[in-house]
Amino acid sequence: MILAQQFGFLDEYAKKEIRRTSLKAVAIPGYQVPYSSREMPMGRGFGTGGLQLTLALIGAGEVLKVIDQGSDDSVNAVNLRSFIEMTCPGVGTTRVTGEADLIQSRHRIPEKPLREDQLLVLQVPYPDPLVVVEASEEKRKQLHGEADYSRLLVKLYEDIVKFDEITISHRYPTRINDHYVIDPSPIPRWDVPKLHMSKALVLLGAGREKKIYAVPPYTKAEPLAFEDKPFRVEAFLDEQGRRRACARCGCDNSFLDEYVDSNSGEQVYRCSDADWCDEQLARQTAAEVIYG
Amino acid sequence: MDRVLKVRNLSKRYSKGCPVCYLKTGPDFDSNICPDCGSVVAAHDVSFDLYAGEILGIMGESGSGKSTAVKCLYFDQEPTGGTATFYDQGEAFKLFELNKAEQRRLVNQRFGMVYQNPHQGLNFEISAGGNIAERLLMSDVDNYDRIRQRAVSLLTRTEVLPERMDEMPKNFSGGMQQRVQIAKSLATNPPLLFLDEVTTGLDLSVQAAILDLILEIQQQSHTAMIVVTHDLGVIRLLADRTLVMKYGRVIETGLTDQILEDPQHAYTQRLVASAL
Repeated sequence: MILAQQFGFLDEYAKKEIRRTSLKAVAIPGYQVPYSSREMPMGRGFGTGGLQLTLALIGAGEVLKVIDQGSDDSVNAVNLRSFIEMTCPGVGTTRVTGEADLIQSRHRIPEKPLREDQLLVLQVPYPDPLVVVEASEEKRKQLHGEADYSRLLVKLYEDIVKFDEITISHRYPTRINDHYVIDPSPIPRWDVPKLHMSKALVLLGAGREKKIYAVPPYTKAEPLAFEDKPFRVEAFLDEQGRRRACARCGCDNSFLDEYVDSNSGEQVYRCSDADWCDEQLARQTAAEVIYG
Repeated sequence: MDRVLKVRNLSKRYSKGCPVCYLKTGPDFDSNICPDCGSVVAAHDVSFDLYAGEILGIMGESGSGKSTAVKCLYFDQEPTGGTATFYDQGEAFKLFELNKAEQRRLVNQRFGMVYQNPHQGLNFEISAGGNIAERLLMSDVDNYDRIRQRAVSLLTRTEVLPERMDEMPKNFSGGMQQRVQIAKSLATNPPLLFLDEVTTGLDLSVQAAILDLILEIQQQSHTAMIVVTHDLGVIRLLADRTLVMKYGRVIETGLTDQILEDPQHAYTQRLVASAL
């Protein structure tokens, strides 16, 4: 039996605080706004930051999509979705990117471009990109305040010296609106350009680190790079230098996951975004029906 | 000659202090600890001018306040009183009235600092070239190839093999680390360089080479320098003018030759006599 409980699990004061924090985050693009992250019925580090944002922002009649690593059926996504269904009566859920009002995601931004009326919530494990070069939070705040990211650039420099390219695969430090550099959560490099001038509001929540920050719509999001060593996304080239395509839908402009076929032992590449893959497949099937 | 730095009545006192702190400390009392309140007067009433291309020596024993004075000017410490004005590119900066961001801009771009211990001046987690890159990146150079070229030319100038620029500083000898530190401090062509006991702890031949390098830089780039040392040899070789400090006060100041040949203060006389 489910007892009568607060809509959205959190009490109204908590939701109000998160909304207020979100507004501040939008007002200062890229600035990590501290908030009093509440205890959730799951361990911190399992997406409690994103979950609290979702619970504070979603309302009855709205439609939610939850993604984990591009898929709606991963453990994290399934559990978060069922928790939100249980605590937010009247909220609908979907797997289709285009149908969702609010999308909570971990590790990916959907391939399908988001619209102005959509909201993307990202779960963040480590909000501060400077944590790798400066241990003291007090000093990090000064560096952020003065937009002094030279030490992050030194890391990129060292990467190029050692490996001839920048080796950061995910959590690529990205400068928002010409000032604050954010950790855009563990999204791959592929997804970073989607933040730039995004039509949808992107909110990032770190439950364990108690921070909320935002990339507001139509805001600059520029990955750190050198003038003569520009930022690049994953190329997905095969041995012949051709772009690999998804083995299921044939799409050659999406982020691919690498699998090993358990029967043949061969490497197989597939779209990481499950809904995108389905959509491509459906489009092809429709085309086959029409053109035979 | 162009003045680079004007320092007037610089004071640094630790803990709260009392009205008689400055009256009851100093060389006349053989102490820099106030007998009434126990405050330490690390430096008091330090005044001097520094001109472009000049090397000013600050000499004194341990605890005489010479490093404290320089640390205040480099914003490593906050002074208790006094003023310092830095003249740069037609502008005058009142150092102790600047906000933190302006202070850091000067430190990053217009000042250079070479510490006695390379661990203070260098980041040992990144390569020698990366250390130089860090300073260039702080002054908004964001072109990788330009940074590499600048690092090569600086390391060549300080006689570190450019082939070793991608190595970690921990692989280098003490003298080499010091050279990398000097190269790093010169990265932005600063008009003012602070050298804090740069040769202490190095063996004699390496000391001589480093001192040579410093003189060469002074002559080529016309950089004004403040050299802090307890070593009379360094003072004799480098400094045009010298300040002698004891118990936080300047007890003698003048041309280096004058001070070494004809010391006026009893302490300086003892110091010079003991060195010979």
